[in-house]
Amino acid sequence: MDVLTPRSLEQALRLKAERPDAVPIQGGTDVMVELNFDRARPAALLNLNEVAELRGWSRQNGRVWLGSGLTYAEAMERPLAEALPALAEAARTVGGPQIRNRGTIGGNLGTASPAGDALPPLLVCGAEVKIASVRGERIVPLPDFVVGPKRNVLAEDELILGVSVGGTESRQTFMKVGPRNAMVIAVVSLAVRVDGDLRAAFGSAGPVPTLVRAGLGDVDSFPQRVAEAASPIDDVRGTASYRRHALRILTRRALDRCLV
Amino acid sequence: MSEATVPKLELGRVGESLPRVDGIPKVTGEFAYSSDLQAAGMLWGHTVRSPHAHARVGTIDISAAVGMPGVHAVLTHEDIPGEKRYGLEFQDQPVLAYERVRYFGEPVALVAAEHPEQARRAAERIRVEYEPLEPLVDPERATEAEPLHPDRPTMGHGYRDDPRPNIVRSLVIRQGDPAAEGDVAVSGVYEIGIQDQAFLGPESGLAVPDGEGGVDVYVATQWLHVDRDQVAPCLNLKPEQVRIHLAGVGGAFGGREDLSMQIHGALLALHTNRPVKIVYNREESFVGHIHRHPAKIWAEHRASRDGRLVNVRVRILLDGGAYASSSTAVTSNAASFAVGPYAVDNALIESTCVYTNNPPCGAMRGFGAVQVCFAHEAQMDKLAEALDIDPIELRLLNALGPGGSLPTGQTITGTLPVADVIRRAAALDVPEAEELPRDPMRLPGGSGNTTRGEGVRRGVGFAVGFKNIGYSEGFDDYTAARVQLHADGSATVHCAAAEVGQGVANVILQVARTELGVRDVALAPHTTATVDSAGSASASRMTWMVSGAVRDACRAALEEWDKKGRSLEVDVERIYRHPRTTPLDPETGQVTGERAHVAYACAAMRVVAEVDVELGLTRVVWIGTAQDVGHAVNPQAVQGQIEGGTAQGLGLALMEEIQTRDGLITNASFTDYLIPTTLDMPPVVSELIEEAEPDAPYGVKGVGEPPTVVSTPAVVAALRAATGRELSRVPVRPDDIVGL
Ligand SMILES: Cc1cc2nc3c(=O)[nH]c(=O)nc-3n(C[C@H](O)[C@H](O)[C@H](O)COP(=O)(O)OP(=O)(O)OC[C@H]3O[C@@H](n4cnc5c(N)ncnc54)[C@H](O)[C@@H]3O)c2cc1C
Repeated sequence: MDVLTPRSLEQALRLKAERPDAVPIQGGTDVMVELNFDRARPAALLNLNEVAELRGWSRQNGRVWLGSGLTYAEAMERPLAEALPALAEAARTVGGPQIRNRGTIGGNLGTASPAGDALPPLLVCGAEVKIASVRGERIVPLPDFVVGPKRNVLAEDELILGVSVGGTESRQTFMKVGPRNAMVIAVVSLAVRVDGDLRAAFGSAGPVPTLVRAGLGDVDSFPQRVAEAASPIDDVRGTASYRRHALRILTRRALDRCLV
Repeated sequence: MSEATVPKLELGRVGESLPRVDGIPKVTGEFAYSSDLQAAGMLWGHTVRSPHAHARVGTIDISAAVGMPGVHAVLTHEDIPGEKRYGLEFQDQPVLAYERVRYFGEPVALVAAEHPEQARRAAERIRVEYEPLEPLVDPERATEAEPLHPDRPTMGHGYRDDPRPNIVRSLVIRQGDPAAEGDVAVSGVYEIGIQDQAFLGPESGLAVPDGEGGVDVYVATQWLHVDRDQVAPCLNLKPEQVRIHLAGVGGAFGGREDLSMQIHGALLALHTNRPVKIVYNREESFVGHIHRHPAKIWAEHRASRDGRLVNVRVRILLDGGAYASSSTAVTSNAASFAVGPYAVDNALIESTCVYTNNPPCGAMRGFGAVQVCFAHEAQMDKLAEALDIDPIELRLLNALGPGGSLPTGQTITGTLPVADVIRRAAALDVPEAEELPRDPMRLPGGSGNTTRGEGVRRGVGFAVGFKNIGYSEGFDDYTAARVQLHADGSATVHCAAAEVGQGVANVILQVARTELGVRDVALAPHTTATVDSAGSASASRMTWMVSGAVRDACRAALEEWDKKGRSLEVDVERIYRHPRTTPLDPETGQVTGERAHVAYACAAMRVVAEVDVELGLTRVVWIGTAQDVGHAVNPQAVQGQIEGGTAQGLGLALMEEIQTRDGLITNASFTDYLIPTTLDMPPVVSELIEEAEPDAPYGVKGVGEPPTVVSTPAVVAALRAATGRELSRVPVRPDDIVGL
């Protein structure tokens, strides 16, 4: 297996175009699991850790730019955590400290799991994913980026540059349910933001993380609407009926938090 | 932490909190576990396993695998030179499957190659012809199904002759008048899911051919000599030609009592004449060892108006899975302790273990007592409520003690301070509820940030439990120790006791220092090569047994040394036996001699939990316990056992369960088989009740299992108090709390 390590974005895009079979690796907290469990044997890895353009975050015209290499540990730090509190709360629920130090937002988008914890907070903040290849750049709204369980719209020569999000400093929160008090894959998760309208996005309750919106006047019916928008299944982590039930409770609690 | 944990380092004698000899290397990462072993010219072994829970095995075509790069051997059952079956107690388990596979993950073929990846790739090329059969997965229907073991391997061993198919063992204990009526009766049906030992160090070891036809196996195990006695016949070797050496053990909890890679590694090593290493991956580990028996328990308790138990009737069904392992002893333990540490004159207890195509079950910390304690403690709480008596009062009223007897008719001759542990645990101060608002980490849901206090209710639970120490029912159990006194005044102790993390290495050293009066004592490697058997690191027996053996060997060595004029080198080996036990009567379940069990230890525990009743999430806030420990050889180590054992029981109460579909394990990973984290497990306040056991050296008792036995029911009792729900199944699921 080849490991390709570009030193700039330009190099990275060129390598990806030349070697579309190369699997991008950022924190490796998903990729290395696949490798170690013998579920994937890619011909090459494209190591993005030396590409400075993908790291960090910045403010851009009232929005926040998150590089795809932004780690959960970084998302938990102020002042970013104050700008995007739901993302910071979501980041705190991810794995243990080691995973939070390595795992990235870009990796979570790359994996596009229904349980990806960064996705609901990004959804309620109107995230747009910036994608690039040697052919050029494009911007895809997050709801269109994730197209199925663990499937996204990336073409084989494309990389995720990062996401642009709005809704900073709005009332927002994130909650995740699991049968133990740390280090769990979400049985169900929810981000809620109140800012002119009501927005909720849930994880692990359908094939993809899903955004639900309503007017400010719909506070009372919103928990039920969120639960109804879900299409959960029974699996080893929980039952469909519990997931729907929990979404109702979580939405009500989240609204209480955001409407004070 | 109490003052007992402050080390006193003068000599490191019995009774002192001596830091673990392997402690620092383990926390710094220097300790070599069995998976770290290396040898020059080493090959990697890989096991091909059944993807079916039940299937007929046709031809096994290895031709495509044999010539692959790096591959040195591909073996099937046809390559086994000796016995084709082995087993801890009954030889019912194929070394490599032939004719049939009976569980998901059963070993079918072996590969050895230069690189593990080559071995895995070759394994993929082996073609096994399977004809899938209907798996038997419902234990309640096992006795009506086709027999999985038509030759009935566990029958004819002095157990009750039960003609029904698929019985591993059935045992009926009848005492007094099983029809006796009380003023009040409560009943319940309880279920326990499959718990896994979830040790962090996967099964692993290294087999090295000795060049003379024999083999040395370095492996993480619990009983070196019984491994040897199972390995040698399958290789068609004499026991001395197989030497088992203990490699670093990354947790055991019963899961290493049965063999894993021992025979397989030795077969490959002898076949290739190269050292062969086998390391299971995590997924393989979940199918590579036995689990705790899942159980269904029907219980009815009858009592007089004033709260005395009059009659206890219990039916226990244990799912043994595909092979016998130690199921017969688990069946008997479950029956013996079904009533709990309470006195009752009349009892009818029926305990049955069946074969199915579910994952095989065997030994796990608490061994049969865990399942029944969950049931009897729920019953005692129900009874207290029905009688409107305080649950702790009710337990005190019925507490068993020395002079009392078990439903098997065995009189308690040693210590059993049940009333004492109850009083001491009940007297511990329960902390006040923390105020709101507080950090969500300190609320149910923890890092999930699910509540700021909404839906949270607090509950306090209490439970009592007990378990036997040592092997039972007439088993001739012994431990050997060998002591060498050297001219420079130092000593070496040889003992094959497996250090599985419980701290037996310290026990050996502390006893030797106590007896010899010298500090400079070395512990030789644990091996079958230089000393006789130490017996199993299980059944809470090792501290007691090793203390006896090392004490006796030290005393004999000193005598010898005196006789030889106190100068020459001395080398003596001694064998220690605990008081003899006898079998239970196969028809009545009553003792046929003085005792069927050697001795007992008990514990009481109080748990405070906060439950988010709307989401079904829990935070256990505080745990306090009082445990009967005989005499603590190493108080710090005892507290470690109490904390670890409690965590394991808490895991069963709240989250730990192997899930299956048609016999296939669906959560064979630490992603989906959850064990408690530090946010789930509170600190434990523990009181050691030291009442010397008269039959034991230094008055010691084993301490590893009682905390696991008692913590599951204590945690669930707290959940019941918080939620008002019946919660008759563990692990308790969020759905059960919410009432979905
Ligand atoms: C123990 C453990 C616990 C975990 N807990 C959680 C949890 O609680 N919540 C959660 O959501 N996840 C969890 N995960 C999964 C994982 O940590 C997250 O999905 C994380 O965000 C992945 O980021 P990464 O940088 O490590 O991704 P990598 O493993 O490097 O990559 C993941 C995927 O994204 C692709 N990719 C990465 N960067 C790019 C890019 N710039 N352009 C295009 N494709 C790219 C990769 O090719 C790969 O397909 C856990 C994982 C482990 C091992």
